[in-house]
Amino acid sequence: MSVGDYIRNSQVWKSIFRHPAPRDRRNRVVVMLTNVFLHLHPVSVRKSGIALSYTWCMGGLTFFMFLELTITGVLLMFYYRPTLEHAYNDILMLRDVATLGILRELHRWGAHAMVITIWLHMYRVFLTGSYKPPREFNWGVGVLLLVLTLLLSFTGYLLPWDQLAIWAITVGSNMARATPFLGHEGPGATFLQVGGVPLIHSGSDARFLLLGGRFVSGDTLLRFYVLHCVAIPLAVGVLIAVHFWRVRKDGGISGPM
Amino acid sequence: MSGTLDHSLQNGLGVYYLLVALMNVGFALYYQRYAEPRKPASATLWWAVAGFFALHAVAYGIFHAGWIMPKIIRTTVDRFADPISYTVLSVVGFAALLYWRKPLTRPQVAWGILMFSLLLGGWSFTDDNFRQIVAKEDNVPITMLIYSVGFFTWLGLYRAVQNDERMERGEPVLEKLEDEKVLVWPDLVYTELICMVIATVVLVVWSILLKAPLEQPATNAKAPNPSKAPWYFLGLQEMLVYFDPWMAGVVLPTLIIVGLIAMPYIDFNREGNGYYTFAQRKFAMVTFLFGFLVLWVVLIVLGTFLRGPNWNFFAPFEYWDPHKVLPLNNVNVSDIFWLQWLGTSPATVTFPGYSGSQLLNVIWRELPGLILVVGYLFVLPPLLAVTVFRKFFIKMGFIRYFVMINLLLFMASLPIKMVLRWSPLNLKYIVAMPEYFFNI
Repeated sequence: MSVGDYIRNSQVWKSIFRHPAPRDRRNRVVVMLTNVFLHLHPVSVRKSGIALSYTWCMGGLTFFMFLELTITGVLLMFYYRPTLEHAYNDILMLRDVATLGILRELHRWGAHAMVITIWLHMYRVFLTGSYKPPREFNWGVGVLLLVLTLLLSFTGYLLPWDQLAIWAITVGSNMARATPFLGHEGPGATFLQVGGVPLIHSGSDARFLLLGGRFVSGDTLLRFYVLHCVAIPLAVGVLIAVHFWRVRKDGGISGPM
Repeated sequence: MSGTLDHSLQNGLGVYYLLVALMNVGFALYYQRYAEPRKPASATLWWAVAGFFALHAVAYGIFHAGWIMPKIIRTTVDRFADPISYTVLSVVGFAALLYWRKPLTRPQVAWGILMFSLLLGGWSFTDDNFRQIVAKEDNVPITMLIYSVGFFTWLGLYRAVQNDERMERGEPVLEKLEDEKVLVWPDLVYTELICMVIATVVLVVWSILLKAPLEQPATNAKAPNPSKAPWYFLGLQEMLVYFDPWMAGVVLPTLIIVGLIAMPYIDFNREGNGYYTFAQRKFAMVTFLFGFLVLWVVLIVLGTFLRGPNWNFFAPFEYWDPHKVLPLNNVNVSDIFWLQWLGTSPATVTFPGYSGSQLLNVIWRELPGLILVVGYLFVLPPLLAVTVFRKFFIKMGFIRYFVMINLLLFMASLPIKMVLRWSPLNLKYIVAMPEYFFNI
């Protein structure tokens, strides 16, 4: 008996994989049904539906980037403290000292790549008309995932706490003060006042809510850190679950009727 | 600016041209050995192109010849480059792409365009100013974006053209051909695995070759010039040239999101579901592609590569001079109406008969612009419903049409304001109420 056979016949192996290797038709079906990760897929699909020239694999790559960013992100959290005192120095340390300093590159370039792959995924879904019934709702979920992806990238942009970071966030968040009614330089805000006292001012408007202050500060750093590492990823995780579930429920990978 | 190229840059260019030459070798071999029927003439052409690039590779990589893009080309490009020519050329290119999609997506034509752009890119890279902007770490994704969007636009249109021709002949679409079911294990899981491996390799190589940028520690005391948002928002930042922040930064982005979500519900066309086609859904294709390619990608490229200090426009080979001053003449509709037509200063205009209310005075002053805006948003939709969009209106019903036409009008407002700004009118605001932060 070879070592491979010994392992495959052991109680441990059989407790994990409850069927022989997927080499025949029956076990190739069973493997999809008995594995929690693989069961996101159906058992069989139309051949034209999974051709790379049709799907471009961009949705799958977007999900892969999300996983890659989650893993490198968690590892980066070991090295990084979101305070004015430490943030920049921790990045310097990652660059110059840490053995796995390349994590930062993997995370940053992975984030850029995810923005591109999710746009291309949307592009493909549009070009094949796959947003049409019965997939209208799932297209909407996908648009929300797109927005959240951009917000993830945007909140992460601040964390290195260098000039590039704070001025990009300053430029980006300056828009919020022009929000109609809710920004202190937005149209309509001047009308929201009680007895001459304005309700919306630079210490109470949408921008203040976003930044936790009147300008990009240590409070902003904490806020963006929590949004970046906890709040938005959780929301994305939930929406990904809905998105994948609905792909299956709405008829699987799209194709001509 | 010195005109010499150092050796490491030349070695890099040598590798670049070598890779492009090898791409052409593969393309030529395809026509020589595998294409049905064989095309020896095509093969010869691409062998010649491969040789042309190989010549560059040898010149830079081995002899360090230091060729620099001829000055005459650079100065000519710079002379004609401005936001107007850039945008107009993009729109013309977009229209040409859709109109001549059949000849342009033929593999050899598309390949030729790709090779031309790679040659142009390689040549441009020898210019110091061009290189400094394009090779910036965080700008690398834009180059990837340009080429990946270009490739997939070709692929999508190529398949759409093929499907349209097939349907014309009464044949089933490509996606219908392999209609049989296959098992996900192994057919799909292995494809996914290979994609993941390739993606991992690309990411690791990218991360080794290119360091993540890290500038000086953050300080509120010194703003860099230009201060730019992250690259994927630069299309929105570019809109700030034509709109105030409340429009460019809040209302229009919100409408982009709302419009995308609403799209499946307003697209009443049931054809073209699940396969590439152009002919069956022309309106949807033209509208979406214009939004994505021109109003989004083209503006991002403009905002990233061509906007320098003070958000001034800088041609591709121009030095980013922070002291460049461009005369800017801002004219509002109220200026044209009160000053140019009636000869009174708009600042002194008061509501007739009662001047006690600032709000009334401002509204009276901006009445011409307000009428234009109200007409655009409330008179145009019913007018279009009984003329251009008559068939749409009948099929869509009131609510669908109402949502669609508003999204469309807001989308069109950007190119309209661009043109008004560039026209001899120099028009900045249609409605200018800085007193209430309400400028349109």
